[in-house]
Amino acid sequence: MIAFAVCSVLCLLGLSLAAIGMRDIRAASAIVYGASGVLCAGLVVVGLRVLATQADAESMRVPVGLPWLGAHLQIDALAAVFLVLLGTGGAAASLYAIGYGRHEHAPLRVLPFYPGFLGAMTLVVLAADAFTFLLSWEVMSLLSWAMVLTHHREEETRSAAYLYLVMASLGTMMLLLAFGLMAGAAGGYEFAAMREAERSPGVAALVLGLMMVGAGSKAGLVPLHVWLPVAHPAAPSHVSALMSGVMTKVAVYGFVRVAFDLLDPVVWWMSVPVIVAGAGTAVMGILFANVDADAKRILAYSTIENIGVIFAALGLALAFRANGMDVLAALALTAGLIHAMNHMLFKSLLFMVAGAVLTATGRQDLDALGGLIHRMPKTALLALVGVTAIAALPPLNGFVSEWLLFQAVLQSPNLTQPGLQFLVPAAGGLLALAAALAAACFVRFFGVIFLGRPRTNMARDAAETDRWSLAAMAGLALLCVLAGVVPGLLIDLIAPAIDLVLGARMPAQADNAWFTLVPVAEVQSSYSGFLVMVFVAISGGAAAAAVYRFSSRRTRRAPAWDCGFPDADPITQYGAGSFAQPIRRVMAPMIAARETVIMPPPGDMGPARHSVVTEDLAWTRLYLPLSALVGLAATRLNALQFLTIRRYLALVFASLILLLTGLTIWN
Amino acid sequence: MELIGNLVLQGVQMLVVLALAPGLTGLIVKVKARLMRRRGPSILQPYRDLARLMRKDVVLADNASWLFRAAPYMIFSATWVAAALVPTFAIGLQFSWTADLIALVALLGSARFFLALASLDVGTSFGGLGASREMMIGAIAEPAMLLAVFTVALIAGSTQLSNVVAFMSSGEMGIRVSMGMALIALIIVAIAENARIPVDNPATHLELTMVHEAMVLEYSGRHLAMIELAAALKLLLYVALIGCLAAPWGIAPADAGPAGFVTGFLFFLAKLAAGGTLLAIFETSVAKMRVFRIPDFLGVGLMLGLLGTLLLFVSRSL
Repeated sequence: MIAFAVCSVLCLLGLSLAAIGMRDIRAASAIVYGASGVLCAGLVVVGLRVLATQADAESMRVPVGLPWLGAHLQIDALAAVFLVLLGTGGAAASLYAIGYGRHEHAPLRVLPFYPGFLGAMTLVVLAADAFTFLLSWEVMSLLSWAMVLTHHREEETRSAAYLYLVMASLGTMMLLLAFGLMAGAAGGYEFAAMREAERSPGVAALVLGLMMVGAGSKAGLVPLHVWLPVAHPAAPSHVSALMSGVMTKVAVYGFVRVAFDLLDPVVWWMSVPVIVAGAGTAVMGILFANVDADAKRILAYSTIENIGVIFAALGLALAFRANGMDVLAALALTAGLIHAMNHMLFKSLLFMVAGAVLTATGRQDLDALGGLIHRMPKTALLALVGVTAIAALPPLNGFVSEWLLFQAVLQSPNLTQPGLQFLVPAAGGLLALAAALAAACFVRFFGVIFLGRPRTNMARDAAETDRWSLAAMAGLALLCVLAGVVPGLLIDLIAPAIDLVLGARMPAQADNAWFTLVPVAEVQSSYSGFLVMVFVAISGGAAAAAVYRFSSRRTRRAPAWDCGFPDADPITQYGAGSFAQPIRRVMAPMIAARETVIMPPPGDMGPARHSVVTEDLAWTRLYLPLSALVGLAATRLNALQFLTIRRYLALVFASLILLLTGLTIWN
Repeated sequence: MELIGNLVLQGVQMLVVLALAPGLTGLIVKVKARLMRRRGPSILQPYRDLARLMRKDVVLADNASWLFRAAPYMIFSATWVAAALVPTFAIGLQFSWTADLIALVALLGSARFFLALASLDVGTSFGGLGASREMMIGAIAEPAMLLAVFTVALIAGSTQLSNVVAFMSSGEMGIRVSMGMALIALIIVAIAENARIPVDNPATHLELTMVHEAMVLEYSGRHLAMIELAAALKLLLYVALIGCLAAPWGIAPADAGPAGFVTGFLFFLAKLAAGGTLLAIFETSVAKMRVFRIPDFLGVGLMLGLLGTLLLFVSRSL
């Protein structure tokens, strides 16, 4: 199995190199995306086989990299879960790109990087030593950075890419330090050695904190999220889908691998920052999604929300594990991993929808769209599945993971520490708030783009997207429905991974009647997405049949009523800004929203002006002062560039002395 | 044989909620009219209204899409399934384990989601107005309800409504502060979600603070009938839910036999009548709020729900 996976990775990397040399761009696009799709599907098969057969970990040592270390690769159940996730997302994005990539102006700015990006992400998941992990992580960051720069002529894209590069370097540096601490003075860079190593709780906490910054900056934890809503939307849509749907999950994988597998001991208070960051991220992310007016940026902010939900689940799992409640930890970790899987499905789907709308109309700002359900009926239907899933509505998959997480929250009175006992219910309330705000956000997303009347000519003249894109979106929508209706299969599938890192798993779900989920015991809670779907379908069908039988059945078309005062101008509809107004006002302090109304002086016939500013407090209060500080330091240190050779030598000598003194004191 | 009996019982429950829902709305209108010293329409008036709407033509806006036509059925079925999950006259019915309280909240969320989408479909300013306000109200009411659900679930040790009600009616319950907080939170949510005064006024039609009526403005004929029926079902659901949590008396266990079920049904009727009357009295005695005062009102519910949950985390017996 591992040989096959490594071969796939090599093929993906090779494909990257081959793409540089291809002359016929149309054929190159089809070949690169087609081959990437097939290879990703292969990765899914590998992952599924490892999980289904509950095979033991398979490892391999490739003699490349550091001479004394080599590259260690391994597939265990945890890696397999993420291989399935990555492969599914990659295959869908590739299939979509066969159609979507044709609209790209400069395909060679994407093609050489795309398969390599997929390969690097796979390698992160397969890595079993710190060096391979960090190297593949860095390659993943750089290749995705290159694809963010695809539309490099736009000023915004360039600044987004620069910000991404800075944040990615920060993240990798933190990961480097975390792995360095775990390896210890002896330098055991293999994961196997790190698992065995002994360390004090203080060091473990430091490692966890560094991992939160390192993996969290890639995943988009607040306040490390600032790059995400500008960089993810800047890339072409299939790459946005991969970055939001898959790359953030690779970051989650890194965190899970370290926090649950490699790191020991984890004490209860270490879970507190994870839960706080998770719940806070969830609410802040979705609040910004609720007030933004750009389709792809809304999706990126919603990614931040979902990452928050996942991290809250992981934090809860850490808290349970530190208290020795392994079965409950398994419940929380399962909720987190299932949510990661679900988020990959519906977020990829929605980014593809945004891409389809972008190619059809050339616009991605909500206020230029509208009424697309008439022009793009198939895309609209698939988008409807996506928004229903992401808004956590039954019977689709988003609700399942949300429900499991709430069940885990309800088990938390078992935790003994008062700190956690206050924190967890508050976090539960925040997660509930985030879920409700997500519903509001995606009513707005779908409603303004697809419903109502077209707001511009571009929206009025849009045409349905191509078949490849539709096929990819339909596949993901189908998976969303399946994962919602028969979630027990998915839970049983990832159970070996949970077992691997926690030594416990949730009760097997396969034997429950009607695909019911029973997370702890039937007297406590149960939910059957399948039956809910059947009941809703039957009662809706019965109602429709009865109405059809007994009602007048006649339907007339007429102009809209609108209380007698319809206005022909589509600008009078509710748009992105007006729909956001109630929530923006209620939540104004959190997003620093300010409204200003400028009235013309009396007697002046000029229009009044209304403007709204929202502000990301993390950006204005943290990053801007920090960057000003860095700028100041750079200006001051500029003098160091113009020293004489004697002074440079003196500086080198002084730092050497300083380091040696430090080392002596340390020992 | 037993399965068939259980299925019949489940079917009866679904029909009972459907048949009684318009009656509850009629009762509230009647009581409100009497409190204002008017005679008021008959309690049966909502049934007549529904029949009248069914007979009328549907007038669809020119640019209404399939979503606009499908939404009334989706809203109705989601609400109906949710209402059928609340114990009315008996607990432990065949499919009571299908979905728990959290899923019930989410089902109502689905109904709200599709109603908001449908109101955006025609592209009128009133529809958008109603939808945006409804989603704002929902964004606060839903977490408040979930926190109240958490409180109830922590007290009873289960999120399954049947088990919760069984626990409530057993002797172990006693009087608890947290339960009181959860109930007040639930009542606040119920008032907001059912578009009652002081959050919304079901009697008005052309008023800028309207929420629900603005959303359904473009609907007519059978579509409007389905939406009105769904709204009535939702009101009944909340009254039944608060009834079975606050006053879990008389609810028959699944194996009670016909006499038990009839008693349970009579108790249920009494609870509905009491709930409807109290709601009517409350509605006549308060004034409607400004829209941006609603978050404060709902915030009280949110805080009570959170306090109730926190109290239970501190001590299971509070």
